[in-house]
Amino acid sequence: MSWVPTTSQDEEEMLKTIGVTRMEDLFDSIPDAIRLKSWDIPEGISEMAVKANMQALSGKNQLHSLSFLGGGYYDHYIPAAVDALSLRSEFYTAYTPYQPECAQGTLQSIYEYQSAICRLTNMEFANASLYEGGTAVFEAAAMALRINRKRNKIVCHPSMNPTYRKMLDAHTANLDIEIVDGDDPTDAACVIVQNPAFDGSLEDFTELGKQCHEAGTLLVVSFYPISLGLVKTPGEMGADIAIAEGQCLGIPLAFGGPYLGILATLKKHVRKMPGRIAGATNDAKGRRGFVLTLQAREQHIRRTKAMSNICSNQALCALRALIYLSLLGKEGLLEVAEHCHSKAEYLKSKLTFGTIVNTKPTFNEFVVRLPRPAAEVVAALSAEGIQAGLPLNDWKTGDTGDLMIAVTEKHTRDDLDRFAALLESVSCS
Amino acid sequence: MQLIFEKSRDGRRAIALDELDVPKADFPSELQRETPAALPEVSEFDVVRHFTELSNRNFGLDSHFYPLGSCTMKYNPKIAEVTAAMPGFSSLHPHLITSESTWNQCQGALEVIHTLEEVLGEISGMQEVSLQPIAGAHGELAGTLLIAAYHRDKGNHKTKIVVPDSAHGTNPASASIAGYEVVEVPSDKDGTIHLDEFRKVMDDDVAGIMLTCPNTHGLFESDIMEIAEVAHKHDALLYYDGANLNAIMGECRPGDLGFDVMHFNLHKTFATPHGMGGPGSGPVGVGERLVPFLPGPRVMKNGESFHLETPEKSIGRMAPFFGNFGMAVRALTYIQHLGNKGLKEVSEKAVLNANYIHARLKGAYKSAFNGRFMHECIFDASPQAQKGANAFDIAKSLLDYGFHAPTVYFPLTVPESIMIEPTETESKETIDAFCDAMLEIAEQIEKDAASLKNNPVSTPVGRLDEVKAAKELNCSM
Repeated sequence: MSWVPTTSQDEEEMLKTIGVTRMEDLFDSIPDAIRLKSWDIPEGISEMAVKANMQALSGKNQLHSLSFLGGGYYDHYIPAAVDALSLRSEFYTAYTPYQPECAQGTLQSIYEYQSAICRLTNMEFANASLYEGGTAVFEAAAMALRINRKRNKIVCHPSMNPTYRKMLDAHTANLDIEIVDGDDPTDAACVIVQNPAFDGSLEDFTELGKQCHEAGTLLVVSFYPISLGLVKTPGEMGADIAIAEGQCLGIPLAFGGPYLGILATLKKHVRKMPGRIAGATNDAKGRRGFVLTLQAREQHIRRTKAMSNICSNQALCALRALIYLSLLGKEGLLEVAEHCHSKAEYLKSKLTFGTIVNTKPTFNEFVVRLPRPAAEVVAALSAEGIQAGLPLNDWKTGDTGDLMIAVTEKHTRDDLDRFAALLESVSCS
Repeated sequence: MQLIFEKSRDGRRAIALDELDVPKADFPSELQRETPAALPEVSEFDVVRHFTELSNRNFGLDSHFYPLGSCTMKYNPKIAEVTAAMPGFSSLHPHLITSESTWNQCQGALEVIHTLEEVLGEISGMQEVSLQPIAGAHGELAGTLLIAAYHRDKGNHKTKIVVPDSAHGTNPASASIAGYEVVEVPSDKDGTIHLDEFRKVMDDDVAGIMLTCPNTHGLFESDIMEIAEVAHKHDALLYYDGANLNAIMGECRPGDLGFDVMHFNLHKTFATPHGMGGPGSGPVGVGERLVPFLPGPRVMKNGESFHLETPEKSIGRMAPFFGNFGMAVRALTYIQHLGNKGLKEVSEKAVLNANYIHARLKGAYKSAFNGRFMHECIFDASPQAQKGANAFDIAKSLLDYGFHAPTVYFPLTVPESIMIEPTETESKETIDAFCDAMLEIAEQIEKDAASLKNNPVSTPVGRLDEVKAAKELNCSM
């Protein structure tokens, strides 16, 4: 079982050219004492058998025909052309564009992605992407500390996704910095907010942005890309750094990844930005082309002084996001956002048997307090083929009855009516 | 070629939704954006034509040989794409792990994670593995944070991480981002770590040593047992950069060599296509000492069912869920197909191919080191550079032969470095054609080195003005 094309005749000829007699001789620099004697790895199996194995494993997961689970990761419709184009092997199997002459497809797509992100957020510079939304929070905090060199405090607003908050703790555990919760910008390198908040609530952070800037503090806004069809942008709120989880832009849920970390900033901060950046230029004949630029910020040049240790970007996921945004276009993004919002408001109006916990307006996700523990409700509705949402008390951020529900453009009025009726019968029984 | 934004025409649409079937809800105007995002207004066919044309301006591995040293550009089997796309995996919501009440809905995915963690442990000789880190460099950061947690727990006050001068840039960058001072150790002239210099920098302030083995010179660190002994004497932990794991599977295991912690690059060794530079996946593996500190939660097996637990001394969350799960499905598919013999054959043939290239080219190019190369070989094009065509020119000339260039100017220890890693999946015919091209270029340099300066001539654009790009900083439109 292998994908190796070398025949025994090839091997014999190659060993002869090398000047050794046995394959073993090629490994003679490994001391005998540490050569592996045996290992407990099963025998290989055919492609057909592997496929059956994996099919069986995949079948052990329960998919629901109707799902209201969100919490930062959403089931939006992915147009067919996203897969058809991003799966082209010239994109899929290419490497980092270290040789720009044979990677213009990659580099132009990164440039276009950066452009799309700037237009989406009203920011001035976007990088070629980061791993995902949580590490983007860490990268933004680290960037703010580089810009505000004399400060060592990061303020996390309560709107932040609690998992991202935990990730920030983990990533900074060995650094001499202070992470505090709240919204006081005094002496902080940055204040990190999220809009919509983890519980779906919307807020205008323009005023906080002003307070930040008066205090010499940066405002970092974590946003939900689809919401920006409607919602006031990080740029409009005065953000210095805008970050996001980009999964909603044409990337499958896939149980946690691969996803897309978005990061954009202002021109004055671009040299402190982590990650790859593509820039436009031309060749000797005057033809427009694209290259990776400002590489002196990166680990392969600057090593210990680099802006980040990141050595990859989620190029393929960024390409999917770009294709998705191109297919939706100016009107389409607004349309998707309006559908998400209107359908969520419609569902809210049907849930009179519970209490809506959010006191602020919401976009497409909200928390309802049910008369029965949410975890029980989720289990009961699962039997009906419905994934009802996220029980919040598991995060210790809510009452046992708190269920967080996300609505997308995929839900029809019939879906919402059926869900509301079942939710009522299950939680009030 | 035009940008997608330059193809935009007012009012043109691609994807549209059905008419809204619920009442349109008001949206508070004070929370609304002022003007719609100026995204392209194009038809679906415009989008398809545009990205198809863009793709034709790329070399990809399925169409071109990519002998990129240190990057392991091997064939990525299509079956791994099929399994990763199975709806039970690709449509599964990650928050099923968040509430205990829904763990029963993702048992298949938890089994994939648990099984892959176990088999990676066996391949590497590590006791436990966590799939959380999202890429190789992220695995390094996780590893460095594990080292820090270990020392903190023991009450050790350590401030330094030691890396050889041949290390990948990510090693010092990861150590630095984790808050450590980085101390560099020079290589010996034979290309391995300078043992005396290593002993000199080792003191009780050293928290860990980050090594790649075989190292980025393509050479096995034969003194590894001694290095481990010195490290452990100072209670410093040994980190294994798994970038070159493709050279040693079935031959030796980092865990048996004395390494305490390592990362894997699933995208290099285990079947994930490189996707123009990502996504990758960088699971972290640990020996006994670091198990209590692993990122949480972890997938645990109890009889036939799987549940989650967070180790008491865990360094916490490195990722929102279990890293790039899609890569885990691909890696498990790959490993199950190859099995023990197939994995060993991967490393054997990767090493055979690199040594064959070295043997064919060493007459025309100066070998950078005298030792036995493993999965990659390095030449120093300084003699060619003196004649007027350097490693950069050689790289650009290869593009005109339809080959991607090898890695050049890395590692930094070799002035005109050309680093070639053919991997195990290339046929002898392809490798021979590449060697023929390299030899022809060497001959051309003897005859007329200046003629290489305009290469490549067959690509959509010629050499690009990087100074202009950095000066004008036009990074969006």
